[in-house]
Amino acid sequence: MNLNLKIWRQSSPNDKGKMADYKITDVSPDMSFLEMLDVLNNQLIEAGDEPIAFDHDCREGICGMCSLYINGEAHGPGKGITTCQLHMRSFKDGDTIYIEPWRASAFPVIKDLVVDRTAFDRVMSAGGFVSVNTSGRTQDANNIPVPKEDADKAFDAATCIGCGACVASCKNSSAMLFVSAKVSQLALLPQGKVERTERVLNMVKQMDEEGFGNCSNTGACEVECPKEISLENIARMNREYLVASVSSEK
Amino acid sequence: MSVLDSKIPEGPIDKKWTNHKNHINLVSPANKRRIDVIVIGTGLAGGAAAASLAELGYNVKAFCYQDSPRRAHSIAAQGGINAAKNYQNDGDSTYRLFYDTIKGGDYRSREANVYRLAEVSANIIDQCVAQGVPFAREYGGLLDNRSFGGVQVSRTFYAKGQTGQQLLLGAYSAMSRQIGKGKIKMYNRHEMLELVVVGGKARGIIARNLTTGEIERHSAHAVLICSGGYGNVFFLSTNAMGSNVTAGWKIHKKGAFFANPCYTQIHPTCIPVSGDHQSKLTLMSESLRNDGRIWVPKKKEDAEAIRAKKLKPTDLKEEDRDYYLERRYPAFGNLVPRDVASRAAKERCDAGFGVNATGEAVFLDFASAIQRYGKEAALVQGEDVDNSEVVTHLGKKVVEAKYGNLFQMYEQIVDDNPYETPMMIYPAVHYTMGGIWVDYNLMTTIPGCFALGEANFSDHGANRLGASALMQGLADGYFVIPYTVGDYLSGDIRTGAIPTDSPEFDEAEKEVKERLEHFINNKGTKTVDYFHKKLGKIMWEKCGMARNKEGLEQAIQDIRALREEFWKDVRVPGKMDELNPELEKAGRVADFLELGELMCKDALTRNESCGGHFREEYQTEEGEAMRDDDGYTHVSAWEYKGDPGAAELHKEDLKYEYIELKQRSYK
Repeated sequence: MNLNLKIWRQSSPNDKGKMADYKITDVSPDMSFLEMLDVLNNQLIEAGDEPIAFDHDCREGICGMCSLYINGEAHGPGKGITTCQLHMRSFKDGDTIYIEPWRASAFPVIKDLVVDRTAFDRVMSAGGFVSVNTSGRTQDANNIPVPKEDADKAFDAATCIGCGACVASCKNSSAMLFVSAKVSQLALLPQGKVERTERVLNMVKQMDEEGFGNCSNTGACEVECPKEISLENIARMNREYLVASVSSEK
Repeated sequence: MSVLDSKIPEGPIDKKWTNHKNHINLVSPANKRRIDVIVIGTGLAGGAAAASLAELGYNVKAFCYQDSPRRAHSIAAQGGINAAKNYQNDGDSTYRLFYDTIKGGDYRSREANVYRLAEVSANIIDQCVAQGVPFAREYGGLLDNRSFGGVQVSRTFYAKGQTGQQLLLGAYSAMSRQIGKGKIKMYNRHEMLELVVVGGKARGIIARNLTTGEIERHSAHAVLICSGGYGNVFFLSTNAMGSNVTAGWKIHKKGAFFANPCYTQIHPTCIPVSGDHQSKLTLMSESLRNDGRIWVPKKKEDAEAIRAKKLKPTDLKEEDRDYYLERRYPAFGNLVPRDVASRAAKERCDAGFGVNATGEAVFLDFASAIQRYGKEAALVQGEDVDNSEVVTHLGKKVVEAKYGNLFQMYEQIVDDNPYETPMMIYPAVHYTMGGIWVDYNLMTTIPGCFALGEANFSDHGANRLGASALMQGLADGYFVIPYTVGDYLSGDIRTGAIPTDSPEFDEAEKEVKERLEHFINNKGTKTVDYFHKKLGKIMWEKCGMARNKEGLEQAIQDIRALREEFWKDVRVPGKMDELNPELEKAGRVADFLELGELMCKDALTRNESCGGHFREEYQTEEGEAMRDDDGYTHVSAWEYKGDPGAAELHKEDLKYEYIELKQRSYK
């Protein structure tokens, strides 16, 4: 199939940036979306033009490195997949496809479609862990039974890949789904309960400092999340935060 | 030919590690604060090492090329992690894990290292649970296990098909805690481009800031290479797009020996290649072989009809199917080790029984598992066991709970529903057992330079068992290096900070810059991908699942010619001082073009078949790998001599004191 592409080009963080038009021919429906961009880039290089910079790595939907706002949707059409799992059979001959980076003030553009998501790492460093040393001298793993239901819910929250689609999809650029997934995972497990008060307070504080917006319960994040992280996590984090704010001595 | 000193401690095998730890030199907490350690890579090995060393008090500088340490390719490991916990009471023990790993590795790994791995494996699970890793549990609240290839017990812990992700996020959380405390300085979007050796010791690196293009100098008292494997030398592999050998290759050129480069693992269950545009291959977890049965048609005409889409696989009668693994290996069936399963698939496809358009695919079928689980569920839930609709429905639900995300991944890529028709799979490059040679302390032949995880060679011999890579990465990072690096660093407590303005740093930086300038100024006519794909094709055809003398000799000629053409004619657009993915790729492919030759040379030198290294000249009448224990019970460690073709071979003899060398059999 033949496609018209409208792609965001921005040479550096300070460049104003603009949409640019490209045409690509003979696209196979079996190609992944990123393989289509590979082909375009190789054509651009051979023609002496600058290839388009975009983030990607594992190409199997788990590392969270790829992003892209495709036709107004984070990770493009299709539910529960990342851009690297999107295949060209989702498009048809003659389509025009708009490709943009994540748009959020907490995720500044570095170049073209590549953004800086280190704000997520700083939120994690503020409390997204259990304070246990890695000596291996802990108790036996089976000493504390964990109800299967809690373990499964903790796992579902823990499958977040930190791609930032939730922030990009939110009209307020809120990071609540990302932060609540980690808070929920650890609050649901006995190992994480000890520090639950400190954790939620510290992570939310850092989240606010990074410039992410507030949550207005629109739910766009849940719809666009490639790992289908549930809004329930945000509700749980709100409860955790409320209890922590009331009980904290800080 | 020199003798390599593997520094294996004295004493009986089950006491070696304890004795060694008891007599190792320590660094006091006050002195640790004055010592810097560089960690390259933030996967399971690097992430675990960085977190553990920072906790101990060292100043850690961690580097990764991704935008966050949480994205290293360990994250893509699916099936699980082995540990000798014996929670299932099915006869497992430290010894049995040790034995299975040695046998699985086709008797080409170092006994003492493997025993230590088995010994610390149980602690890994304890550690990860304490960190909040949500492993799968049973209804009683205790941890669940499943089985993997090459073993007869259930010792694999898992978190659905995302075990690597959960373990890596555990290590990342431990790192995050230390980053918050300022004990780890994280350098993301950075790539190590050279090792700096001062006075014979590793003292730092030259790195490129991938965002700005700036060339940076970083010094330390020790450098840990945890940069993973080199499977991307084949272009198509299950590795991430950015996975590369550069850190390992740079230290090799600075004096670290490269061991057994020809040992590569071809994983039997991957999604087949669909066309020339293909950029990578996707694995379907080995755990699927717990329940999936592998088959091809018994008759060639049926295979041809299936290829032409004139016959549906589900319409083929049971007696017309050849469950070739169950036929050839009744004791282990579909759960034979990866090398055996891959070769068997190739054998059937080469003989004309392949089932997709290219003839390079076999079926992985869940129909009987769906029936089996469905009947069990129907009984438990009081439903009618004879109602096939109910049974099938319940069975699919059980299979979905176990492998749901893998089935979804398959459907996404292939556009076919694996609950209804069998999956199509074919072997693909997945893991590299070879790597940087290390002694028992994980130190390379350069003092102060260590290699951990997939980057080293030590534990898996000629073939790695499933669910053992995660185990090794975490064992090296959490439980081995914190001791052994201290032993080395105890000699550095009075050294003080290493200056970065020495001539050695000047020289290393100059080399790095000249090379980058060459790429930018070359203005050739062909893209980096063009050369990478060509190299991959040579490697896959001549140094892949089966090798022979003639092919390897030809491959060496072809690679040399391709390398020459690359340096003359590669085109790298853009500038040095900006984010430039093509420039990054060019450097990595340049290193692969050298490594590829060494792999072929190693494969050519090893005149036997063992594990993942299958030389067509050396096989039994039944087509099984034929080792030559008298000639090749050794590690081949290569010393760089100015050119991959000139590399000099050093041998480390492998002594089997606790396990008898036997012909490996899974029949």
